[in-house]
Amino acid sequence: MDTTTEKGILCSHCGERCPKDPIREGDRVFCCEGCLMVFQLLDRNGLCNYYQLNAHPGINRRMAVRRDKFAFLDDVKIAAGLVSFQNESDIHVQFYLPQIHCSSCLYLLEQLPHLEPGVISSRVDFAAKQVSMILDSKSVSLRKAAELLTSLGYEPYISLRDLGQPKRRVDRGLLLQLGIAGFCFANIMLISFPEYLGLDHSEPAIQRVFRYLNLLFSFPVVFYSARPFYLSAWKGLQHRFLNIDAPIVLAIWVTFIRSIIEVVAGSGSGYFDSMAGIVFFMLAGRFLQDRTYRRLSFDRDYRSYFPVAVTAVIQDKATGKESELVKAMPDIRSGDTLRIFSGELIPADGILTRGKALIDYSFVTGESQAVEKQMGEIVYAGGRQTAAAIEILVVKEVAQSYLTQLWNRKEKGRSDKGSGGDFSFVHPLSRWFTCVVLAIAAGAAVYWGLHDASRIWGVVTAVLIVACPCALLLSSTFTNGNLLRILGRHHFYLRSAAVIERVAGTDHIVFDKTGTLTEAGKQEVSYTGEKLTVKQELLVATLAAQSGHPLSRMLARHLSGEESYGMMRDDADGDVSCSVLSFRETAGQGVEGFVYGERVVLGSLEFMKRMVGDVEKSWRAAGAGTRVYVAIGGRAKGFYDISNHYRNGLAELAKAIRGKMLVSVLSGDNNRESKNLQEVLGQDTILLFNQTPKGKAKYIQHLQRIGKRVMMIGDGLNDAGALDQSDIGIALTEDCNNFTPASDAILRADELQRLPVFIRLCQVGKRIILASFILSILYNLIGLSFAVSGALSPLVAAILMPSSSLTILLVTYCASNAAARWLRL
Amino acid sequence: MSVIILLLIASVSVALIFLGAFIWSVRNKQFDDDYAPPRRILFDDKPAITPIRTELAATVPTAETNPTNQ
Repeated sequence: MDTTTEKGILCSHCGERCPKDPIREGDRVFCCEGCLMVFQLLDRNGLCNYYQLNAHPGINRRMAVRRDKFAFLDDVKIAAGLVSFQNESDIHVQFYLPQIHCSSCLYLLEQLPHLEPGVISSRVDFAAKQVSMILDSKSVSLRKAAELLTSLGYEPYISLRDLGQPKRRVDRGLLLQLGIAGFCFANIMLISFPEYLGLDHSEPAIQRVFRYLNLLFSFPVVFYSARPFYLSAWKGLQHRFLNIDAPIVLAIWVTFIRSIIEVVAGSGSGYFDSMAGIVFFMLAGRFLQDRTYRRLSFDRDYRSYFPVAVTAVIQDKATGKESELVKAMPDIRSGDTLRIFSGELIPADGILTRGKALIDYSFVTGESQAVEKQMGEIVYAGGRQTAAAIEILVVKEVAQSYLTQLWNRKEKGRSDKGSGGDFSFVHPLSRWFTCVVLAIAAGAAVYWGLHDASRIWGVVTAVLIVACPCALLLSSTFTNGNLLRILGRHHFYLRSAAVIERVAGTDHIVFDKTGTLTEAGKQEVSYTGEKLTVKQELLVATLAAQSGHPLSRMLARHLSGEESYGMMRDDADGDVSCSVLSFRETAGQGVEGFVYGERVVLGSLEFMKRMVGDVEKSWRAAGAGTRVYVAIGGRAKGFYDISNHYRNGLAELAKAIRGKMLVSVLSGDNNRESKNLQEVLGQDTILLFNQTPKGKAKYIQHLQRIGKRVMMIGDGLNDAGALDQSDIGIALTEDCNNFTPASDAILRADELQRLPVFIRLCQVGKRIILASFILSILYNLIGLSFAVSGALSPLVAAILMPSSSLTILLVTYCASNAAARWLRL
Repeated sequence: MSVIILLLIASVSVALIFLGAFIWSVRNKQFDDDYAPPRRILFDDKPAITPIRTELAATVPTAETNPTNQ
């Protein structure tokens, strides 16, 4: 079925735009052979329910996966690290499939036994994006299973981190604590009813039984469920920091001890229900707030980035023959020779020994120009080889490479940001509140000391019981929990609730240019001059394809289309394409060569003048973008205007931010785009070019020193230092399932223009917390009036506490939803 | 009136059984994934034959007749 939208015809399988000549089968349309093959496979096996459940559920298959990519799974040692259980007949294995995103994926992946009988069973854990498979080891190997998944579009993501790491136990503690607290709270309330409703001293035995039962039920609450608060208060105290959990712990224990004394002495029934209620509601708030997005990882380190194994080349000393061997990453030693194929990551620092190295370090350094290395030069880990296969001789093992050093330094810096900096305006507010309460308690003690000294103990403890700042904690946890949920719905995923406040306090935003403001892979190319024939365009494209300069690559891609671009480059054997002779590139200026016998020159104006002679006057004026002049056969023909394709909505974004905060743009490229950026973002934007990763972090440090709260938005490893340094580091990503560096938040690229709205929501959240806190003060005043006058019976406390908690919950929930609707979120 | 003690013991025991069931189900990973179970029960067990290939339906390889896929 065709789906024609303003984007054009969409593929029935993956929903991406089809080229002009889509592949048709029956009444379905496909964008590429890959999608068609998946459809045929499903159709043959009667699994077309896949398409009924969701529209366009498939994953695009345009990028073919290398055939031997999973060869490393044949290695027994590597396989043993991934397998969770194995006996003579079965293998139990879990694969992480980041592409899982809908119920169709769930359906298909659980129907694997129908596709491949060797798969005995498969079960999806949707939240963790994992599939657990039981394989018949005689017919299906680990590698075959991975290849089956890949053929359906679900390529397993196996990284170094998965190896040798004991499977981390999912933390279910909070859920258990919450459940037990709720259970005990409800039972305590039920068992307290007789006391409230008239059971009196006429039945002392029964009264005692009920009270001791309450005491028993309160033990799990105090000693198990309330543990998160103890841990947090203790951690705060260790840092000499009195956070909000300290007075809560105090309140819990004062209540508990007083109640025990009352019950044992027979003088009263205690306040167990209030205490259990406090703990339950606060745990509920915390549970809602701490719902982490398990599907996303905010903590990816270098091991998630690197592949699991690489191909090593072994030279047989006796025969001199070479053979390939797949080696796991930890087994790479210096002195090994590795073969890196096109598109693969270089895993370790090494010396180039064979092949033409054209390495894309943009992810690491931010420079979009691929770096060309000569034989004998050192290539650093972390880059991606873009030309044909090369061989390197490893000099530094993976863990010591330049890249991991860079990252390890990040890790240390990161932990400091977390613990001491868990600062929230809630903490000083609670400290103020506690001081006031203690003052009131002291005042009441003095008063009663003068009037009726026997009641001092009762009144002071009553004050401490009733006036705990749990209302403040409740307001903040429920509000934050709801805000996280609302923001997550719009694909702005914050690492934790503490980030909300930091977002609200931003006054300076720093953007990385490449990949953040610009859309990677897209550019606008227009030609002016003598019209070129198709053959001439092919000449230009072929010449441009030989160079690593970003402009050449953009030109080649534009002229030839993505598929044939690859074909024009060095073929798989590593020989330079013989269609281009005497290829010469002058760095930063241009390229020239003989393509199919014709002399072609591409380059800047000065380069063109030097090589060919002067060009027409009308072509000379500098444009807004960058111009690549073309000369064929010794004569200038015209020029291409190439400019970055900026994301939609940047102008609106800039307009919304203007006046409220300043904007800076950092870029690893040179300043050729400066005029464009000024146009899009406004004249008062600060632009800095030729920035190294360290330079970016330093700039942010400089801003922070002059008192700015900096939000940094970037997309790659090269931003990692800057993202870490800034108060909030946001990783922008096209697809939230892809690799993102460690950051405080993840934002999906098409939501970038709503950033001001998100910031506004966080600011409103702060006001909501304050408002509900003031509301809770009202309850506290009522309660305190009872407590100070000595009339705080357990019944009064039991009524006050849940009603205040529920009111706060309702108010914060409704207010934050209303705020979101008001901001049109 | 003292029969209420007996009732109390009985009801608390039943409640504790349910608490035990809750704790077991959390430990048994039943609360880990809340997306998949409700959708999983709605899937059909048997794969459906689609209209495009009804003429080839007779020759559709099943798991029993085609034990070795490529």
